[in-house]
Amino acid sequence: MAIVPNPHKTTGLLGWIDDRFPLTKLWKDHLTEYYAPKNFNFWYYFGSLALLVLVNQLLTGIFLTMHYKPDAAQAWDSVEYIMRDVPWGNIIRYLHSTGASAFFIVVYLHMYRGLMYGSYRKPRELIWLFGMLIFFVLMAEAFCGYVLPWGQMSYWGAQVIISLFGAIPKVGPDLVVWIQGDYIPSDATLNRLFSFHVIMLPFVLVGLVVAHLIALHEVGSNNPDGVEIKKHKDPVTHIPLDGIGFHPYYTVKDLVGVGVFLIIFLGIVFFAPDGGGYFLEKPNFQPANPLVTPPHITPAWYFGTFYAILRAIPNKLLGVIAMFSSVIVLFLVPWLDRSKVRSIRYKGPISKIALALFTVAFAMLCYLGMQPPSPLYTLLSRIGTFIYFAFFLLMPFYSAIDKTKPEPERVTG
Amino acid sequence: MKRLIIALAGLTLSAAALANEGEALPFSFKPDTGNLASVQRGARDFMAYCSGCHSMKHLRYSRIAQDLQIPEDLVKANLMFTTEKIGDHIQTSMPADQSKQWFGQTPPDLTVETRIRGADWVYSYLNSFYVDDSRPLGVNNLVLPGASMPHVLWELQGWQVKPAAKAEGAAAEGEHGGSGLELAQPGKLSPDEYQKFTADLTNFMVYAAEPGRAGRISLGGKVILYLLVLTALFYALKKEYWKDIH
Repeated sequence: MAIVPNPHKTTGLLGWIDDRFPLTKLWKDHLTEYYAPKNFNFWYYFGSLALLVLVNQLLTGIFLTMHYKPDAAQAWDSVEYIMRDVPWGNIIRYLHSTGASAFFIVVYLHMYRGLMYGSYRKPRELIWLFGMLIFFVLMAEAFCGYVLPWGQMSYWGAQVIISLFGAIPKVGPDLVVWIQGDYIPSDATLNRLFSFHVIMLPFVLVGLVVAHLIALHEVGSNNPDGVEIKKHKDPVTHIPLDGIGFHPYYTVKDLVGVGVFLIIFLGIVFFAPDGGGYFLEKPNFQPANPLVTPPHITPAWYFGTFYAILRAIPNKLLGVIAMFSSVIVLFLVPWLDRSKVRSIRYKGPISKIALALFTVAFAMLCYLGMQPPSPLYTLLSRIGTFIYFAFFLLMPFYSAIDKTKPEPERVTG
Repeated sequence: MKRLIIALAGLTLSAAALANEGEALPFSFKPDTGNLASVQRGARDFMAYCSGCHSMKHLRYSRIAQDLQIPEDLVKANLMFTTEKIGDHIQTSMPADQSKQWFGQTPPDLTVETRIRGADWVYSYLNSFYVDDSRPLGVNNLVLPGASMPHVLWELQGWQVKPAAKAEGAAAEGEHGGSGLELAQPGKLSPDEYQKFTADLTNFMVYAAEPGRAGRISLGGKVILYLLVLTALFYALKKEYWKDIH
């Protein structure tokens, strides 16, 4: 099919543009004539909010990069310089540091929405895969960014995470040196993580977000009922009967979400930017010191779950494998779920209990990952890890045998 | 499902509450950087008693003058001992390599000390020195056992001792959250005056750790107010657009 310029036959200046660039076509295809189910609930705010936080990170990041020095001798001081001498520097820095935590909160809720309503099921597998790649890159991005202030936790966090590669048989130790560019985390390490953080990973991230949205708009959005709105179209207009134009309906609705989100987000930025020691950790107010190991090296809260899984396994290599598997298994969800229905609303009791157990396990592991190890916590971590993997690996069985309720023909309320 | 979500949220919150257990300190202290007179006194006392050994290398004298509303000539005359330039940072004149020899470690920079340890800790530390002959300088500290810092403020506080009758653990507990230490030899200040003195110092250190704090909090109030109005408008807009969607 050949591309026909200006299919909407606009005239004037817009027509001149549309003859050369699909401005009106893009506007209609992705906004005014992108029909989304009318029954989106609370859980559907987090996609647009993730985009908002991404833009916040990119914009504040540009200004931080203007004043930050990616140099082991100057990095920590340059952050304090931003906090004190750069006009608005403290606000920009807090927007960025709180934004990192907000990004994970929003993305976790967004992914949870997908798990609840089966948004990964055919034909939306690629949306889920692109989303999971975004999550994976986001974790790398957050890790690199966390190292940049070059405080004690930055330094020792980097040391712990990079040393994980040392668990790989044979090539491990050499790989660690290659990644660090030195025998210990050092100036060379800081410089390359800075490069990843400000160039490579954001570039990949934005590209994946575009792919995520293109895939979404190709097949259309799922909804809390998990039924396909394209099955019932207006015979004349061919518009789904339960669909409404994303613009203006969801743009104005998402603005309400943006308002509420900003009140909470900026409330933290302005009144509690430390986030109770979880968003900015106390040891990171001490400059990195390779000679002094902090008493507890804890990961940022958003890695807690995966760190707890790592520590739950007594063997380092197996722990690393378990940790990576806990992320990789999420990629497979579209093919693990064999239920006849998409949404949790119509799934049976086994699926509901499984999801509830998974939720508790995830939250518990997140907490345990930040605590110093103790025999009780190790036991709980192992139970949590077992539930985490059982939720996914047993899904092909329990989702297939679980009793489902009949799905409605059209979306409900 | 909804009930389940609420139950789960409750579980998560209670876990977070559990996480807030801290190490027991003899005193708790609620800093008040809005008390300008106290922060000003703290600045004076910090420069007089602390800055000989401890730098605040991220804080400029000009920033102190501006934030604490002290005229620059007064700052120059009373607070600046190592430099003539008002834009300079607070540096100490003590050579770092030699102080390491004298004390076993270089006295740390204190710019963000309260953000590392907390105001409670700093206040407790300043109130918890006691005579201990086993230490090289004859003095130890309850909250930082083996501290290499001498009790610089002994002239003001006098000397505290651990009560002989009580054992180690009991002394740390104290009554009403106090240190449980007893004043063996009074100083120039009464115990009450000394606590106020250390409160001033701690207030100044909390200010120094984040001079932009007051500004961001006052800006934050306006931002949130604006957002409340904006969100109400967004909500009205949404209602208007959605009134024919059923």
